[in-house]
Amino acid sequence: MASISESQTQRGPFSHFMRDGKPMKPSTREAWYGYLLASPWIIGFIVFTVGPMLASLVIGMYRTDFLTETTFVGFRWYQNVLSDSLVRKALINTAIFSFTVVPINTALALLIAVMLNQGIRLQSFWRTVYYLPSVVSGVAVSLLWKWLYQPDIGLLNSVLGPILRPFDIDPPRWIFSTEWALPSLIFMAFWGAGGAMLIYLAGLRGIPTSLYEAAEIDGASSFRRFFAVTLPLLTPTIFFNVVLNIIGSWQVFTQAMVMTRGGPNNATLTMVLHIYNTGFQNFYFGYASAQAWFLFVIVLIFVILALRSASSWVHYERV
Amino acid sequence: MATTVQTGTAVHQAEQYGHSRLTETLYRVLLYGAVVLGGIVFAIPFYWMMRTSVMPTTQVYLFPPEWWPERFEWHHFKTPFAVFPFAKFFLNSTFIAAGSAIGAALSSSVVGFSFARLRFPLRDIMFVVVLATMILPEHVRLVPTYLLFVELDWIGTYRPLIIPNWFAPAFYVFLMRQFFMTIPRELDDSAMIDGCNPIGLFWRIHLPLSLPALGVVLIFMVTAQWNDFLYPLIYIQGVPNYTVALGLRLFEGHMTNNMQALMAASILGVLPTIILFFFAQRHFVQGIVVSGVKG
Repeated sequence: MASISESQTQRGPFSHFMRDGKPMKPSTREAWYGYLLASPWIIGFIVFTVGPMLASLVIGMYRTDFLTETTFVGFRWYQNVLSDSLVRKALINTAIFSFTVVPINTALALLIAVMLNQGIRLQSFWRTVYYLPSVVSGVAVSLLWKWLYQPDIGLLNSVLGPILRPFDIDPPRWIFSTEWALPSLIFMAFWGAGGAMLIYLAGLRGIPTSLYEAAEIDGASSFRRFFAVTLPLLTPTIFFNVVLNIIGSWQVFTQAMVMTRGGPNNATLTMVLHIYNTGFQNFYFGYASAQAWFLFVIVLIFVILALRSASSWVHYERV
Repeated sequence: MATTVQTGTAVHQAEQYGHSRLTETLYRVLLYGAVVLGGIVFAIPFYWMMRTSVMPTTQVYLFPPEWWPERFEWHHFKTPFAVFPFAKFFLNSTFIAAGSAIGAALSSSVVGFSFARLRFPLRDIMFVVVLATMILPEHVRLVPTYLLFVELDWIGTYRPLIIPNWFAPAFYVFLMRQFFMTIPRELDDSAMIDGCNPIGLFWRIHLPLSLPALGVVLIFMVTAQWNDFLYPLIYIQGVPNYTVALGLRLFEGHMTNNMQALMAASILGVLPTIILFFFAQRHFVQGIVVSGVKG
């Protein structure tokens, strides 16, 4: 962010054209090129972002399948969203997913990054081991986890079973049980903590060792050094990552679609899955649009809350 | 290198404050124990995937499950290709990923350059908007863009998956702009003395220097498109046009009692991204440093 204001004060590369008396005013010329080169984004922003977002608001006022029927219904869909029990179910599921996955994944990623940064041998090997699961994602991974969660002969219960049986406890039936299905999707998300880990590891390496030496002279324990030096300096990175994770986690879709199709008994119905079902399965595109806006507002609220909270815990002074 | 220095100070500090060598050793043992144990937990799903894909049918469904295949059956890797046109799926995914990545790299580098180097009214406001769209959830545009592509008669083609990426996706604009900011301005001056206009400056100076950043954009975009499921699900029609992701899901429906073939297909499905990662590991890390840490 700081770099924006910084660039404002610097002169543009073509400002010297100002002096050489060309017929076209140099700054105009530079601006011309600026708009020309930025035009892919400007056009894309209008056609694929602003346009659709406004259109979405309007589509939300129609009962339409985009083919046979288009009836104006006003704000009915928007009112519906608030009283629809399925939307509420999807909202609660997605909220539980987001509020568990984001903090736990952040802590897990930090822990792994700090461990790997202790000068251990074969660091790049371990880094790869932890990072690789986050490179692969999508359908293949969902199929794999569906197999791992298989209650009788899956990997998970083949490990848990022998531990739990002596206590007369049956291992959970994971994605086939209403109470364990959502936790299953959550546990599976921890496997992807390596993505954030890599970012934190890069951040840790950027912390100058002189700071640790200073802390050492002050007699800080390694525990204190972590909380007084490492963590504060890492907060901008953590913050950036948490914001992106909040947005990403609210859009969870593939796992829910491939592994459980939202079931059993809507236990894993997520917001985007519900929007998909409403629009692209049941062809209520108007209602799907209204739900999408509803979700957008919710995500926006959490992002704004995160941004607001930043001033109290994110340290922007760089040493 | 920094890490070795830190370890040095840790040991030094331990001695200084009278921690015994034993405490230090114990700490190292616990640390390595945690790293190895965690590593095993993270790696085991991959192992289970591979172990399943080569097991004989009689062994896969045994209870309790067994860890090591009694013999290796590689023919399960052929099954996906025999049942569905999986080779075609790979081709389709490659086409979509490559088409999107090239477009994203070209457009976002041009736009990133203009944000980093040219001055024009509203530029900084526009860049703030770029940052804002980075945190915009995708799904808000799901329905209206679908309507747009219906109107354009693009449903059933790959255009809805590829073309939007030719219009400078926000994250990559941010990444390229951050990269261009690090190129010394002296280079600009010398190019201008040679009479370069901004396009020449971009083409001759900045583009050749930004190949590492372009690599990052290409890798990220290819991986994202390869793994994508929602958009192909909405826009692609007809099995021969399926991507690998759609093909895997289709395959699952037909192979409920052939777990080996399903896992073999999944391995093949994730293999390209893993290979890409190993070949481009340095770029991966660098892209993350540029995008993540400087945020």
